[in-house]
Amino acid sequence: MSTKGDILLSMRGLRIEGQSDEQWQEIVHGIDLDLHRGEVMGLIGESGAGKSTIGLAAMGYARPGCRITGGEITFDGIDLRTSSEDELRSLRGVRISYVAQSAAASFNPAHRLIDQFSETPVQHGVKSRAEAEEDARVLFRRLKLPFPDTIGNRYPHQVSGGQLQRAMTAMAMSCRPDLIIFDEPTTALDVTTQIEVLAAIKDVVKEFNTAAIYVTHDLAVVAQMADRIMVLRHGNMIEEGVAREMLANPKDPYTRDLLAVRTYAKDDVDLIPHETPLLKVENVTASYGGGVKVLHDVSVQIPRGRTVAVVGESGSGKSTLARAITGLLPPESGRVMYEGEPLPVALEQRGREQLRRMQMIYQMPDTALNPRQRIREIIGRPLSFYLDLHGAKKEARVRELLEMIEMNPDEYIDRLPGELSGGQKQRICIARALAAEPDLIICDEVTSALDQLVAEEILKLLQRLQDEVNVSYLFITHDLATVRAIADEIVVMLQGRVVEQGPKEEVLTPPHHEYTDLLLSSVPEMDPDWLDRLLAERQLAKT
Amino acid sequence: MKSIIKLFIEAPWSARFGFVVIFVYIVLAAFAPVLTPYGESQIVADAFEPWGGGYLFGTDNLGRDMFTRLIFGGRNTIGIAFLTTMLAFLVGGVAGFIAATLGGWMDQLLGRLVDVMMAIPTLIFALLILTITGTSIPVLIVVIALLDSTRVFRLARAVAMNIVVMDYVEAAKLRGEGLWWIIWREVLPNAMPPLVAEFGLRFCFVFLFISALSFLGLGIQPPTADWGSMVRDNATLITYGDITPLLPAGAIALLTVAVNFVVDFFLHKTSGLRDEH
Repeated sequence: MSTKGDILLSMRGLRIEGQSDEQWQEIVHGIDLDLHRGEVMGLIGESGAGKSTIGLAAMGYARPGCRITGGEITFDGIDLRTSSEDELRSLRGVRISYVAQSAAASFNPAHRLIDQFSETPVQHGVKSRAEAEEDARVLFRRLKLPFPDTIGNRYPHQVSGGQLQRAMTAMAMSCRPDLIIFDEPTTALDVTTQIEVLAAIKDVVKEFNTAAIYVTHDLAVVAQMADRIMVLRHGNMIEEGVAREMLANPKDPYTRDLLAVRTYAKDDVDLIPHETPLLKVENVTASYGGGVKVLHDVSVQIPRGRTVAVVGESGSGKSTLARAITGLLPPESGRVMYEGEPLPVALEQRGREQLRRMQMIYQMPDTALNPRQRIREIIGRPLSFYLDLHGAKKEARVRELLEMIEMNPDEYIDRLPGELSGGQKQRICIARALAAEPDLIICDEVTSALDQLVAEEILKLLQRLQDEVNVSYLFITHDLATVRAIADEIVVMLQGRVVEQGPKEEVLTPPHHEYTDLLLSSVPEMDPDWLDRLLAERQLAKT
Repeated sequence: MKSIIKLFIEAPWSARFGFVVIFVYIVLAAFAPVLTPYGESQIVADAFEPWGGGYLFGTDNLGRDMFTRLIFGGRNTIGIAFLTTMLAFLVGGVAGFIAATLGGWMDQLLGRLVDVMMAIPTLIFALLILTITGTSIPVLIVVIALLDSTRVFRLARAVAMNIVVMDYVEAAKLRGEGLWWIIWREVLPNAMPPLVAEFGLRFCFVFLFISALSFLGLGIQPPTADWGSMVRDNATLITYGDITPLLPAGAIALLTVAVNFVVDFFLHKTSGLRDEH
């Protein structure tokens, strides 16, 4: 990999300001970056680190609400900061292109893929329409899309998320650019799909010797893709270096923290199998509006004071299972037993006491908290609603709960959710659930919208609370690292069926069910050779 | 009180102008009997007296003091328009929230009912009902409020539709909260900005609607003063180059502009808070 060419892109002292509350604040504080031809640079950091903003600045572009205020950006000898809008336009899409995080939101749903693919090369006069279509088929094949000859005739909603992301990569390659900016291209995808996209991107980038800036928050992903890595935090560069060296020997403590994340694991506990489980889901079948069945004959048990993790990809029915248990979606057949007693199927039929004992925490803390209610009211409502606490008693309990989630009551009790960070909001959601003094908390992907370091704090908090108040968790997640961190028992779901379940060590040690194996092996590892090795292994297994 | 002053100082000039105008209107309306030299329907002189000489703006077609009637007219028109708009928002807003929160057949029922009402041109519908029932002020208020509530319903439902799918509403349902709590505490606070904006607009429209009805003789009945009929009664003066009929018309225009300035300001302020996260 040392046979890289001359410098393609160089940034010197890049400063970018962002607008918030009608004031300009600097969000990128003087970044230097050099990218050689054919080299892949990984930009990594948590949300707000400025990585996407820097990625876009490489095209000479600043998002609305942002402006580039200082420094130089030179692309192949062209100064992007002094170039006119016309000159920039002739570069963008042709010599520099961009792959966005959410392909589904970036494609125009009203046009066929092939039309959107052809637009850029035809517009810039690089290719004729016929040539562009021919090229699309070549690239689709190269990116291992199914039906490469005809898939272009489909509309974006007719292909899956992972395929769309690959189609978008093909689009970005259409003019054979010198530089592609990938902005978290796999973040929204399932692990098994992520592998395909990563492999496809890695392959074409190498094939066409394209330089790339790969923006992600996942160090394990960037380890597979990048030749060099730059770690960013709050708009500052923390560390930069050759990927392998940095992974093997990180210098900065923050990089070390990032590397150590996902290694947190809960100790194994003994499960007492003969005790009556707290919650028992028996042969539940459910569908939305009587259509396609989303759950097929699902049975799950949740012991008291333990964590059961439900793992599966999107569409596996794991969130539907939560809805069936809570009564939001009454199952068509089967029962939900609570301490040996059947629960009424529909939410409306359940009594307040039954509702109190089962609480829920959501994936997106932003939408789970009413933006117009103060923390006092959010946490206080379950107290007055279920436990009939009012006045000073309620106030004292709210403060106590805030202490439990490690937030200073004096500072936070009068705040609105908008004045909190993502991790803090999720803590408030936890406190609201705890306020009802439940026996079971259903956690629906509670950490997947959070940065990894923040997510780990939340997992540790949940674990500590379980030890303190002996609450059970039904933990729904697609992330196996989270499962390792928190689960006692694991339920693996695929297409609405439970394919494997049992204590954690049993499920996580071979032999696995075929699908569990696929899931487990698809979780990216920090080892830079992991992807190549895995693909080779899978290739071998096929033949 | 302090926060009101602070709000006023921080507001842009347009909003401050709006506040001042509305405040003046409210004071004039509230203290109308004290501030006016004559009675509301008292005939004090000959018809169409010129400005000045004891009659600030002259007299109207029956010889009543124009200034007196202008202030009383404001009192009547603004009061009725405000009540009507409030009622329209109460009915339309609550129905819209219920339709969005409950969904299903209730949504269909209310939605189609509103469709039917909206299919009939408002003015004709109002004329029809007012001819049947007679033109007393309570009837006027109820009829206009009902007609106007259809538009409020549509807006409230559309806004609430985006809110009821939020996780915090689901969380409230899971908690076992009743319909009123969900509407009142979870949906309403988040639906306020567009509704406040709509309130200002609808207030102006109701105002104009009442004036229009009065102009047609079906609104506020004589001898009660109101700006709409004052324009009609004195319209002939325009032909002689006298601007007196423009005074009530101008008063309507000024209030409309002022209300919209204030509404814009509130909208900006509340939506600004929403953009933060």
